[in-house]
Amino acid sequence: MTDTFDLIIIGAGPAGMAAAELAAKHGASILILDEQARPGGQIYRAVEIMANRNRVELGDSYHAGLTLVNAFRDSHVQYIPKASVWQVSQGGEVGYSFDGTAHIVIGKQVIIATGAQERPFPIPGWTLSGVMTMGAAQILLKESELAIEDAVFAGCGPLFYLVIHQYLTAGIPIKAVIDLTPKGNYLKALPHLFSALPALPKIYEGWKWKREIIKSNVPYFSDVSDLKILGEEGVTGISYKQGSTWKTLDASHILLHQGVVPNVNISLAAGCKSSWNEDQACWRINVDDWFQSSVKGVRVTGDGASIGGALAAEQRGRIAAVGALVQLEKITATEGDHLAAPYKAALAAEMRVRPFLDALFKPSDTFRIPQHDNTIVCRCEEVTVGQVRQVVGMGCAGPNQLKSFSRCGMGPCQGRFCGLTVSELISETLKKPVSAVGYYRLRPPVKPLLLQELANLKITKGDSL
Amino acid sequence: MFTKVTSGEVQTITIQFEGETLVVRKGLNVAAALLEAGVKQFRETPVSGQARTPFCMMGVCFDCLLIIDGMHNQQSCMIEVAEGMKIERQLGMATIEFNASAEQGL
Repeated sequence: MTDTFDLIIIGAGPAGMAAAELAAKHGASILILDEQARPGGQIYRAVEIMANRNRVELGDSYHAGLTLVNAFRDSHVQYIPKASVWQVSQGGEVGYSFDGTAHIVIGKQVIIATGAQERPFPIPGWTLSGVMTMGAAQILLKESELAIEDAVFAGCGPLFYLVIHQYLTAGIPIKAVIDLTPKGNYLKALPHLFSALPALPKIYEGWKWKREIIKSNVPYFSDVSDLKILGEEGVTGISYKQGSTWKTLDASHILLHQGVVPNVNISLAAGCKSSWNEDQACWRINVDDWFQSSVKGVRVTGDGASIGGALAAEQRGRIAAVGALVQLEKITATEGDHLAAPYKAALAAEMRVRPFLDALFKPSDTFRIPQHDNTIVCRCEEVTVGQVRQVVGMGCAGPNQLKSFSRCGMGPCQGRFCGLTVSELISETLKKPVSAVGYYRLRPPVKPLLLQELANLKITKGDSL
Repeated sequence: MFTKVTSGEVQTITIQFEGETLVVRKGLNVAAALLEAGVKQFRETPVSGQARTPFCMMGVCFDCLLIIDGMHNQQSCMIEVAEGMKIERQLGMATIEFNASAEQGL
């Protein structure tokens, strides 16, 4: 007999933890599956461990995550860490692997809270040994207390300034900072400043980090229109273009970042409809006010639906949980409205700063839509810009045909680090809107799964798989 | 260079990487432990043979794939180090070796 739960939650970041904790209070039977060893998601990663260590550079907003993690632990829901979810199908079937064994469980309601990942950063040399995402550097600092000395930071976004600030606070030497915030964005962000005013202390904090970086003795470059990472076997340096001049810095570590985007693989493979979010230059999962997706009984919430940040994710998780509780008839619709009201108000307040941040930190076209023919688009199958353009020139209509013709997006990452680039590159080449170009059709398993695990899977009569 | 910034007490364990014994911090994931040990190449891509090292550290890029205790395609950033763990680089495409008894079984 397949185990059935009222609610299955995928992801134990802020959205998933908040959803679980709230739903547990209302008597729902809950299973929460998470890929990491400990709850917290990427944002509060290892926050329980770091609570006992004197890591001030990680900051108050990181350590504040412990409150939510503790509340989640205290809710005593069934929580399986190190579980890799490879399938969510219609009817609430969730397939996951744990410790080499595959399982199928059924959720009357399913909440997908898979969070965000780094946006692809396709520039020449970005696959070389020694290049990492800046998020990776922050994860190493948070969880492994490992610093990358003398790295060049290149990118833009609120997280970009935050991580450099953390490095400066911890006294970790930085080789240089290349700030890629497009100059024109300041003007574009200005009209959104008024509605962002309640978040002024946060904006001021970010501004202070930027001032701190500029005033530090770390070389700081802006107005950079192009980048190339140099090296054969591994990174030896980075060239940046200011005006019409290329300059080069010697370096053995490059950290790249241009914002985060929803981690959509499970949602899309489950059949959830998505649409192009022009302001954030990425796909968003279509959801209603209760985070119900286009697939019945499947909700997608937090940054996994669209980027709103950790505090918004927490509220969105709770609202999704209320929606699930109403569907489960644990509470009435009226009770649901009443229960969700404060979370909706808090979410609205939290989201007021978003248009300002989205406009200010939207990465420039240059770094989203690669122009050099030799730049690798698909890291797994090593498909270049030139190859993509060639196949598109042959009449390929979209990402799925491109995949068949070139293997672009067919490697183990399943498009996670090339999908956005491909959609935008085809859109530019064919002069068609990105929404008309579309995205890869994703299919389960969205994470690798042994044939042996699949063969040993106990399937009960009536399970469709 | 990858440098430890912890001020806390450090417990270590022993793992094997490419036949060499490494003493690494307990509790780290395999990717972090090898980066700290100075490993400059985790895998070679199946297409061009380019050397790769971990890129995302959160399980989405698949550039940290290694052979861990004989099992190919392991996401080393998602797996904690364990005493006596045997780790090898994953060079190019994986191959499947059939032995006689296994073939008879087929």
